[in-house]
Amino acid sequence: MDFFLKSGKLGDASSSTKSSGGSKAVKKPKLVPWVEKYRPKTIEDVVEQNEAVTVLGECIKGADLPNLLFYGPPGTGKTSTIIAAAKQLFGDLYRQRILELNASDERGIQVIREKVKTFSQLTASSVREDGKPCPSFKIVILDEADSMTYAAQAALRRTMEKETKSTRFCLICNYVSRIIPPLTSRCTKFRFKPLNECMIFERLTYICKEENVICEDVTLNKLVETSGGDMRRAITCLQSCAKLKGKGVPISIDNIIEVTGVVPDKLLIGYLEVCKTRNLQSLQNYIKEMMLEAYAGSQILEQLNEMVVNSDDYTDKQKAIIGEKLGTVAFRLLDGGSEYIQLLDLGCAIIKAHNI
Amino acid sequence: MPSNLLWADKYRPKDLSLLDYHKEQATDLKNLTQDGDFPHLLVYGPLGAGKKTRIMCLLREMFGPGVEKLKEETMSFTTPSNKKLEILALSSMYHIEINPSDVGHNDRVVIMDVIKNVAQTHQLNMSSQKDFKVIVLTDVDDLSKDAQHALRRTMEKYVANCRIILCATSISRVIPAIRSRCLCVRVPAPTEGEVIKILKNVASIENVNLTDELAKEIAVKSERNLRRALLMAEASFVNNIRQGIPKPDWEIFIQKTANVILKEQSMQSLASVRNNLYELIVNGIPSEIIFKVLLEDLLKPCDSSVGANIVEEAATYQYRSVQGNKEIFHLEAFVAKFMCHYSGLVQQMMEFF
Repeated sequence: MDFFLKSGKLGDASSSTKSSGGSKAVKKPKLVPWVEKYRPKTIEDVVEQNEAVTVLGECIKGADLPNLLFYGPPGTGKTSTIIAAAKQLFGDLYRQRILELNASDERGIQVIREKVKTFSQLTASSVREDGKPCPSFKIVILDEADSMTYAAQAALRRTMEKETKSTRFCLICNYVSRIIPPLTSRCTKFRFKPLNECMIFERLTYICKEENVICEDVTLNKLVETSGGDMRRAITCLQSCAKLKGKGVPISIDNIIEVTGVVPDKLLIGYLEVCKTRNLQSLQNYIKEMMLEAYAGSQILEQLNEMVVNSDDYTDKQKAIIGEKLGTVAFRLLDGGSEYIQLLDLGCAIIKAHNI
Repeated sequence: MPSNLLWADKYRPKDLSLLDYHKEQATDLKNLTQDGDFPHLLVYGPLGAGKKTRIMCLLREMFGPGVEKLKEETMSFTTPSNKKLEILALSSMYHIEINPSDVGHNDRVVIMDVIKNVAQTHQLNMSSQKDFKVIVLTDVDDLSKDAQHALRRTMEKYVANCRIILCATSISRVIPAIRSRCLCVRVPAPTEGEVIKILKNVASIENVNLTDELAKEIAVKSERNLRRALLMAEASFVNNIRQGIPKPDWEIFIQKTANVILKEQSMQSLASVRNNLYELIVNGIPSEIIFKVLLEDLLKPCDSSVGANIVEEAATYQYRSVQGNKEIFHLEAFVAKFMCHYSGLVQQMMEFF
């Protein structure tokens, strides 16, 4: 909560931060990840999410906000939208008026009771230092709110209502079902859709031009495809590829595949073929080989899922059996199960499905 | 170079351009260091594929030969509950290497402290040094979820003063949030051909006669684990073995245990199996490996329908053993369950005759 104290004595605090911040900024200009560099500056820059953008636009004109709840898959611009909106609302006062907490900060019930409550109880003035008007509230952004405990969410309920005068809350999460209903009913909900592929493509082409990266349209298309509507992932990948290849060298499709960690289809088709032979021994050998290639287990499962669901080789019943096992296996893998044994288990389930 | 080094250490490539396989990746890594800066890295691959070698080469490329002057030190930490922790760290002027999972569930404290320590110390002589230090964390896949979440925030916060290189065997246990913040570098195991080539190379420098058959055998037996292959080659040279490299002791021991299980399915044999399992755990064989090898040995005589059931049981118990903290229960439960299935199979066969 240091920055409140600082804001009390604005004069020296701002001058000291400026001098030290200034010298640092000159030295390290290149360390900014592209994701941060190309984050939308205003809410008009946010693509695709028309509904949220229009509502927020109106709100900014009226200089007021409701409590917000943004939900949707990763990389669709939830955090970007609220940050852009807050910047537009507060301008220079941004740092003092925002409390941003995400999953890596402590967010137990204790923190909600103390930190969030104290922050929200402070009143905000409706004029800036220079006399211009400024909305008289603060925003608490709770990023990744679905990982908050139910107790912590419950502690938020009353605080949210009581402090409406001085504070707005913005909850951001991937799964709205993990937010308790009393909270969702107190917020205006916005669903963020996965981004349209051509939107990501457009953005990537723009970044390529700005950063002098040589990348053909086919390659960019592949990148967009693997990103699955996640802008952040696409941009991070592009930057990684560009760094790996060095300046002036064109990026190829293989680079993209390597960096994104996508498993070659050949390997997966082989896996399904081996399952078809119903031979446990050869399945064991195949999985052993596969493990040595070091592909991520979760990625293998994700792609297998796609393959099995879209394939015509399996009846619906078989797909159901395989799908159920896929779910169990994926869950166990994430919690520390052995890749080899879990994949073998999946293989056995597929064999079982074939025997029906 | 002192000659009493193990071959595996002696012939570890020191430079990116000297790496024997994954050449293209080596050039990519070289490009990465070109402008004196790199993002956080996550290097992953099976055992003995050369992850550490690549990390050291990269650091050398970046900082020069100074990174090889390593010193060992013990760092101590205090947990919030006032417990003292000690951890061994290898450090040079430019980097520090620790294995936080050594301290079990307190790994979070170690990570926070080390990174903060490193990040808050500025380099005095800016002109001659890089303005960041590198922290190498090994066995990231064994880190607790708490520690990984802590890492995620610290990684972003201190990006100006330190770079983190993570080293993991499999990344399915690394949370996606960390994966998306790092440049992931996949290091697959070398192919058998590559292992054979390297073995031959080393043998010719050492003036040792290595036959093609032996090289081939070592490559197969080592399961494409290069470090193991080199150790095996050296051992066979010292013991003057020309062929028939013995399997490691623990593998033979597990095999024996499996034979006991297959021979008799009763309470007595379960009790003797328990002793064997304790023996293995006491000697520090990870339960994951015990499960894997035991499963393989036990599956051999089973037909595919019983086999499928057994694999399913193994998957369940192995997962539970990770969740709980007494591995022996789960191993034993698996053995008991196997006996149950297997004796059913044996009975069926008897009736058949």
